[in-house]
Amino acid sequence: MNYSTKTNHLLHLADNALIIGHRNSEWCGHGPILEQDIAITNIALDYIGQARNFYQYAAACINESDDTNMTNPATEDSLAYLRDVNDFKNHLITELPNGDWAQTILRIFLFSTYQYFLYQQLKNNDDAQLAAIAEKSLKEVTYHAQWSGDWVIRLGDGTDESKTRMVHAIEYIWPYTGELFTDGPAGIHEQWLQKVSSIFEEAGLAIPLNTWAQSGGMKGIHTEHLGYILAEMQFIQRAYPNSEW
Amino acid sequence: MKPTTNLPIWQLLQTIYDPEIPVLSIVDMGMVRSVELNEEQVVISITPTYSGCPAMDIISMQIRMSLLEAGYKNIVLKQLLSPAWTTDWITQNGKDQLKAYGIAAPVGKSTDNLFLNNITIECPQCNSSNTVLVSQFGSTACKALYKCNDCMEPFDYFKCH
Repeated sequence: MNYSTKTNHLLHLADNALIIGHRNSEWCGHGPILEQDIAITNIALDYIGQARNFYQYAAACINESDDTNMTNPATEDSLAYLRDVNDFKNHLITELPNGDWAQTILRIFLFSTYQYFLYQQLKNNDDAQLAAIAEKSLKEVTYHAQWSGDWVIRLGDGTDESKTRMVHAIEYIWPYTGELFTDGPAGIHEQWLQKVSSIFEEAGLAIPLNTWAQSGGMKGIHTEHLGYILAEMQFIQRAYPNSEW
Repeated sequence: MKPTTNLPIWQLLQTIYDPEIPVLSIVDMGMVRSVELNEEQVVISITPTYSGCPAMDIISMQIRMSLLEAGYKNIVLKQLLSPAWTTDWITQNGKDQLKAYGIAAPVGKSTDNLFLNNITIECPQCNSSNTVLVSQFGSTACKALYKCNDCMEPFDYFKCH
């Protein structure tokens, strides 16, 4: 599909929120203790809600620019459930497997801290609807960043076991953080690094020196993991088109 | 349009409750941002508390149903995202209802970061200040879980947002 730059940007933001939301939702019923199970499920719910806002807006933009397809207009559901792997524009970090609790927590911390600075910029965007969604989402990701940051400190500054797991998580996820800043607004990489460094320092964890970064998500070049996510997430709509609860 | 009841629309909306907190009306919650009534239609603007709040669809349906029952025909529901909903918009009546229901009301004003600070939450059962945070997320997105060290009761706290 050839969409406008604006629509592609909205889809990128929507896909990010949907895919990380889906990953977090996989913890539902599996959290280490009930309270954290509830916490991560609530975070997943925030993300799905943000994804819906972005998809709804993207669908409106698509339908506005293409009036030849009025019998089958784009909807939030068609964009989430009927696009294939190469159409998705999410950052690779959002589709990585949850792994253990350390890997799950670290991904949420690194990504929600990125979103915190991104949405702070987007809430002043010239596009009023994009700015409104960012303003709304900002309040939510602030809470996600705070919660996951506390956990990074607890695990990094915890037992030998929790620290070892955190170090492994950093080794695995860090190469996927560089992609966040390749096309993003100026200045947020520094802000992000400063915040992450201060939490890592409190947690007794080191920032990796290796700056080599994976990339491709925004161009539709994904890891093998996204296909499995979509297979599970889209199965019902593909097998039984237009089915509803 | 000829409504079959004289109840003003705001009063009608006062009888619609958040399905998760059945003592707090959507008006006291601050979710209803405006009501416009003209010859052709009634336009109601509502704002979600949290982006993913699953109660929004039910609340929208309830608004539509009760206005239809009251004789309004052309009902338009608008969803506003900006300004983003804040707990500052919960009315005093709403806060009293929350406490009576066993949920501690938001403490202080919501600013960008205030709600992240550790603040003392009073137990809604025994009013003790000797309480402790159990989890930053509670039974719904808008609540955190606390425990009272005096009466030992766990309770929900409606987070500043």
